[in-house]
Amino acid sequence: MEVPILKQGHYVIASIQSALTDADLLQLRESLMERVGRFRARGEIVDVTALDVMDSFAVRTLRDIAHMARLRGAETVIVGIQPEVAFAMVQLGLTLKGVATVLDLEEGLAFLDEHAAGRMDKGQHRGTLGRG
Amino acid sequence: MSTRPAAWTRANTGARSGVGDELRVQILSAADVVQVRQRGREFAASAGFSSGDQTVIAVAISEIARNIVSYAKRGEVILQLVTNGERQGVTIIAQDHGPGIADVARALQDGFSTSGGLGLGLPGARRLMDDFDIKSASGVGTTITMTKWRRHSG
Repeated sequence: MEVPILKQGHYVIASIQSALTDADLLQLRESLMERVGRFRARGEIVDVTALDVMDSFAVRTLRDIAHMARLRGAETVIVGIQPEVAFAMVQLGLTLKGVATVLDLEEGLAFLDEHAAGRMDKGQHRGTLGRG
Repeated sequence: MSTRPAAWTRANTGARSGVGDELRVQILSAADVVQVRQRGREFAASAGFSSGDQTVIAVAISEIARNIVSYAKRGEVILQLVTNGERQGVTIIAQDHGPGIADVARALQDGFSTSGGLGLGLPGARRLMDDFDIKSASGVGTTITMTKWRRHSG
């Protein structure tokens, strides 16, 4: 099941629609890395609202996505972790250390405006100096 | 790790609508991992577990089913409705005839993995469930038996 990835301004948004196999998760990781490069994205949102299970593989892959994107200059925020999923993650001992998580898509966009926008301003500033 | 007490019996669910007392799911691929955890959630739901516990059970199933695919390639997960006196629960049995686990104690430690994973699969599943038993022999295979008991709803 391929996850649709939308471009919105300087951001890319992956909206997971249904349960994902391990292969689907790895495909999502590859697709997001490719889009970050193609769109020169400064931020990415992964919406997991539709996931009713996040096991150790899913959490590890989300963490990898966030860390890989950061290395390519994009901030990641995970949105929509369901309460039952959060409960099970805590029981399992899984954390998303170093990865931003917020309640929903709206909060995710606000988060990126705050955290990725600063990088954008600096980037543009450097660009101007470089050309001048 | 205790063996299953003789007092536990498989529930007779003839009077219960929508719940068979046993469900078997073959595990051959990563897609079956998703399939079995969904079936496990439905099974737990029809057995009256809260949605939080349904998720916990689904995650535990996902971890042990992935272990089958990663290490043994193929195997089977059996979901059973069980009772112990007044208590009701679900037992999940995952069995394969793969290479077996050389060092079970070590495999149950957080962070130990021979597959490049997080090493949270087995210890995680054990934490999520109430009872957890693992039998493994090199070259023979692995059987994991784990049970979650339904909490009394007042």
